[in-house]
Amino acid sequence: MTQLALVIDLNVCVGCHACVTSCKEWNTSGSAGPLADTMPYGKDPSGAFFNRVQTFEVGEFPDTQTVHFPKSCLHCEDPPCVPVCPTGASYKRKEDGIVLVDYDKCIGCKYCSWACPYGARELDPVRKVMTKCTLCVDRIYDRTRPEAERKPACVLACPTSARLFGDIHDPQSQVSQAIRDNAGYALMPEWGTHPANHYLPRRRTSARIHEDELTRADNPLKVDGLLPRPPKSDPSLDDVMSW
Amino acid sequence: MRPDYSVLLLTTLIGAGQGLFLALFTVQLFALAGQLPAPGSHAFYVHGSLLVLALLAGGLVASFFHLGRPERAWRAAAMWRTSWLSREVIVLPALMGTVLLFGAAHLAGFRPTLFTLPSGLAIDSTLVLGTLGAMLAFALFLCTAMIYACLPFLREWSSPLTVANFTLLGGASGFTLAAAFSAWAAPEATRYIAGWAFALTLLAAVSRVATLLRNARLRPRSTPQTALGIKHPRIVQRSAGFLGGSFNTREFFHGSPERRVSAVRSAFLLLAFAAPLALLALGGPRGAAPVLTAAFLVQFAGLVAERWHFFAQARHPQNLYYQDTR
Ligand code: SF4
Ligand code: SF4
Repeated sequence: MTQLALVIDLNVCVGCHACVTSCKEWNTSGSAGPLADTMPYGKDPSGAFFNRVQTFEVGEFPDTQTVHFPKSCLHCEDPPCVPVCPTGASYKRKEDGIVLVDYDKCIGCKYCSWACPYGARELDPVRKVMTKCTLCVDRIYDRTRPEAERKPACVLACPTSARLFGDIHDPQSQVSQAIRDNAGYALMPEWGTHPANHYLPRRRTSARIHEDELTRADNPLKVDGLLPRPPKSDPSLDDVMSW
Repeated sequence: MRPDYSVLLLTTLIGAGQGLFLALFTVQLFALAGQLPAPGSHAFYVHGSLLVLALLAGGLVASFFHLGRPERAWRAAAMWRTSWLSREVIVLPALMGTVLLFGAAHLAGFRPTLFTLPSGLAIDSTLVLGTLGAMLAFALFLCTAMIYACLPFLREWSSPLTVANFTLLGGASGFTLAAAFSAWAAPEATRYIAGWAFALTLLAAVSRVATLLRNARLRPRSTPQTALGIKHPRIVQRSAGFLGGSFNTREFFHGSPERRVSAVRSAFLLLAFAAPLALLALGGPRGAAPVLTAAFLVQFAGLVAERWHFFAQARHPQNLYYQDTR
């Protein structure tokens, strides 16, 4: 069984929102119709996004860390949003574990958004149907694209490669290894949703510096000592140049 | 959570309708058993059924305003195996149909004896329809309540008390309405119905106050720490990722100051319980129609406030990602 997922490295994310804009760009121009905004250039802009990057401050000044936190549907392995849907518009695909909404069936009752503890679902303000991250299902299987481009738009856009994409049920995949090696974890484990997306924690980056490393031991100037200052009586450039 | 008026009206209107139907059928049963003077005319059941239908239909109409795509509402009957919302969508029209037949059978006097119990009691069509309708009314209370009670992380809702509240509150308002209605249509039964309404309102008050006490003691299970997976005790949100609003900042916040929430709580305790109890005690024994009508109207207003508070009090864990939203 395949379970496609994103693994997001909080140690690397710089909060540039490139994934947010590329996600919006890809998903607003797809065959499913625009991912609508209301008053995008007005006073109170609003709209549906599949992916948001939030910023949190952890710790007490001066010992603080700024954590940029990208958040999208986690494609839970046991998604609470799916069984509550009265129409069957929300479903989880057997073949790859992606949780999707059938926009043609959805009646916009918003019940699934209540049933998602992560707030990953957003009602499209114009189409009035529920929308959420599709893991770019219309892109990752597109055989007209070169293999390297068959990834979600956000993964390709990330300038720091903070986003990894793959099958977390395959122990040899890049994402599984990243989760194993870097203590990847799931959000709100207390509700038993078993999110497929994982996050990699901040890691301490430190170097040990010894006292003797602060000054260069093999400095050639040190070895030879300073060059002696020439005595005043030595000929100067002036003496050579004047007749 | 944001209280949506379409849902407030849906749940209060159909609750009163279900309660009224249960009251009609209880009167019929007690009259049959000779415990209660039988209503002089069948108009009590016929007009009562019409009133039930009006309330249920009103709730149904209100529910459409909650949907983004009401024209597709018929699809909502599909997933009854897993979804309580879908089950509600099936049970509500089934109840309406049964009530229609129940009223029609009384109107037409169509009461053929279907079978006779060993005790010699003849079971006619209205009794069968009434039993079916009563079962559907209870099923509908269960469906409506479970829509809320089945979401484990909305901990204010996730409790058997939610089912008890929906059943008792709907029952209380329905019986109060039945008392007011019978003062006009079947005065001989009013005393009894008002008594039941009083008892149900009292029970509903107990269960609702128990819920308030339970919810006041709830400790959140999800915290900023589990939401982000970061252990540090101090996590402060600096940015939600956007400046304008979004679905998440509107749907999950009631946007009212804490003062208003507690004012609504006092209001509903007064209007849904204290005032109707006093009015029922006052008007019930005398069968005073205006007093009993006032009791129902006050209680219904109180229940709308109660439902508002029910939503406003529920704190959704997604709000942890929107800490600056009020
Ligand atoms: S993150 Fe929310 S919307 Fe996505 S699968 Fe899990 S519960 Fe459903
Ligand atoms: S909003 Fe759409 S997808 Fe969500 S529960 Fe309702 S019908 Fe299903």
